[in-house]
Amino acid sequence: MDALILQILNGLDKGSAYALIALGLTLIFGTLGVVNFAHGALFMIGAFCAVTLNRILTLSHTVIDETRTDFLGKPLQVDVPYVYDIFGESAGNAIIDWSVPLAILFAIPVMIAVGVIMERGLIKHFYKRPHADQILVTFGLAIVLQEIIKYFYGANPIPTPAPEAFKGSFDFGTMIGFDPNIIIYPYWRLVYFCFAVVIIGAVFAFLQFTTFGMVVRAGMADRETVGLLGINIDRRFTIMFGLAAAVAGLAGVMYVPINPPNYHMGMDFLVLSFVVVVVGGMGSLPGAVLAGFLLGILESFASMREVIDFIPGINQVIIYLVAIIILLTRPRGLMGRKGVMED
Amino acid sequence: MFGLEKKDASLLILVAVLTIFAPFILNPFPDGSALAQFNAGYPDLMQRFVIFGIFAIGFNILFGLTGYLSFGHAAFLGIGSYAAVWMFKLLSMNVIPAIILAVIMSGLFALLIGYISLRRSGIYFSILTLAFAQMMFALAYSVLTPITGGETGLQLALDDPRILSMASSTDGNIPVPSLFGMEMRDSTQLTVGAWKFTFNVGYYFCSVIMLVAFYIAIRIFRSPFGLMLRAVKSNQQRLNYTGLNPRPYTLAAFVISGMYAGLAGALMASMDPLAGAERMFWTASGEVVLMTILGGAGTLIGPVLGAGAIKYMENILSKINGDILHTWFAFLPDGLEDFIVTIIYPFIGKGWHLTLGIIFMLVVIFLPGGLVEGGQRIMQKLRGKSADTDSAKTEPAE
Repeated sequence: MDALILQILNGLDKGSAYALIALGLTLIFGTLGVVNFAHGALFMIGAFCAVTLNRILTLSHTVIDETRTDFLGKPLQVDVPYVYDIFGESAGNAIIDWSVPLAILFAIPVMIAVGVIMERGLIKHFYKRPHADQILVTFGLAIVLQEIIKYFYGANPIPTPAPEAFKGSFDFGTMIGFDPNIIIYPYWRLVYFCFAVVIIGAVFAFLQFTTFGMVVRAGMADRETVGLLGINIDRRFTIMFGLAAAVAGLAGVMYVPINPPNYHMGMDFLVLSFVVVVVGGMGSLPGAVLAGFLLGILESFASMREVIDFIPGINQVIIYLVAIIILLTRPRGLMGRKGVMED
Repeated sequence: MFGLEKKDASLLILVAVLTIFAPFILNPFPDGSALAQFNAGYPDLMQRFVIFGIFAIGFNILFGLTGYLSFGHAAFLGIGSYAAVWMFKLLSMNVIPAIILAVIMSGLFALLIGYISLRRSGIYFSILTLAFAQMMFALAYSVLTPITGGETGLQLALDDPRILSMASSTDGNIPVPSLFGMEMRDSTQLTVGAWKFTFNVGYYFCSVIMLVAFYIAIRIFRSPFGLMLRAVKSNQQRLNYTGLNPRPYTLAAFVISGMYAGLAGALMASMDPLAGAERMFWTASGEVVLMTILGGAGTLIGPVLGAGAIKYMENILSKINGDILHTWFAFLPDGLEDFIVTIIYPFIGKGWHLTLGIIFMLVVIFLPGGLVEGGQRIMQKLRGKSADTDSAKTEPAE
């Protein structure tokens, strides 16, 4: 029982990332009908937004501290971040410490801008072309984006820590009546999970309860009729692309403390996210979220020692195996709509 | 000639002449000159040109003709490499049995994967092939280590059985792959003035195989079978309505292109007897997609051109560094020199992938028919508009 809960918890954070990326992919596919291979790159750019903000906040200038001396007896030179000058030392420290959560505010406008530019500048011209062309051009774009990031940030992973308050782990088991030290869970992963739930909830609420969302849903169902009603559906879909980019970017921002970002992390996640989307059902938003969590948890179950001893290597292939079985037995995916990309 | 139309025969002869004289053509700059770094006429790179040419020709039979975009083709390349190295370990260092086994093995795997994947089409087919390839990569990397060598890759060892030949060469080293005594790594050098040309046994062996592969591809393109594959691409539904089942045809195309990939993998292992799981990674599958699209999917010569262009960029462009750029632009005033070097610098050396990505995007956006279509357009411009009716040498993809 305790092992079961532990594996579910372990699967949640990866599942959250899958669910968020798959949600964005499905938003783009459902609205614009474009298969976006550059979505992983958007996740990666989001992660580098966090890195960038951290670098901006820790920008320093050197001052000579007369009160302290180094081992030669000269006055010590210390680097003082500009943030200290503006907010004072303690507040400045707190801001730097909280740079990753703060990066959410920084990333939202950046990601929406990136998404809108991408849609208007490139993807707009590919609506009428075959899906293979869309895959190819976004694949090329993904290469370009990750190479640009590599040029500016180098090829090595850049560790960026979570705030001090969320470092370390807590004993989840004692809260629900198990013996201590059985179910230990890192704080940040719980934060990530809650964050993902909030974002997913916000996206669904936005689509369900706002007029804008209603129009977008109508457009997803029948674009032409909505256009005939005199609504500029293209502009709304562009905004949805920006929103999907922001969702992917936020997933990236918050993932930074779990896994130091490098330039190819997007590609690593992209392949899996596509599998998630296909399992959930092309064009189905709840399907994408459900499949994301499901596959994340399945993956962590498959990496249990008992399972690996039983079927060696299953932890490496479980997601792909599930995808193959689903595609062959239930081509529409778990919650796919009828008539959406059935061939 | 060879049962080909005149146009195709002349294309084949052109390719044959180019590959035979490649050591000269690719080495236009004298040794030691400033431009010598653009020479591609060294055996290692030339071998890669033809091997990836084979890979791309095979991929094109699937993608160019049927329109099925496989994102997991590198899996067959990896299988071919593993099979070939196992043949070197168990049987002998002769490359012929290794190649035969590699082609058979990759064909079998392609049959299995194709049978399952081809039940779906479009994006689902891409994802299925990708999933299979990633699965095979993950297994080769971890659980199958006794067969694949895991992270270090599959290597030859002195105590391999090699039942048909000696386990070690006369001087006690691991023997090298050979064709009835001709070692693949043997080269002769010809020095003409400042030029140095290298003729490598392995390269010519690969070229002969590539020419055969190219010939078979032409025959497939021009056969009723090829026509059927084109019909699959242009409208599968219409094919169904005429009472034909497209699946056996697409499956045959998938298996053939898988065997081409296996052949390429076996040749890679023959040139350098080593096989690693990274050959099966999905970026390797992406690379062959890039090659085919860049050259021109659905054309005969396109994939070979694309493979050559990408491998040339990978090897030559990535070698240029900042210092070399500075010497090139040294004639400019200092400030301007620095400015130009700073602009160009991100696109060369380690950043060559950026150049590749940009070129690839431009090709997909403006030239869906690849370099071949570009060449045709230029030819048409030169000939004037009257040439419009004259359909060009190779038909671009739809």
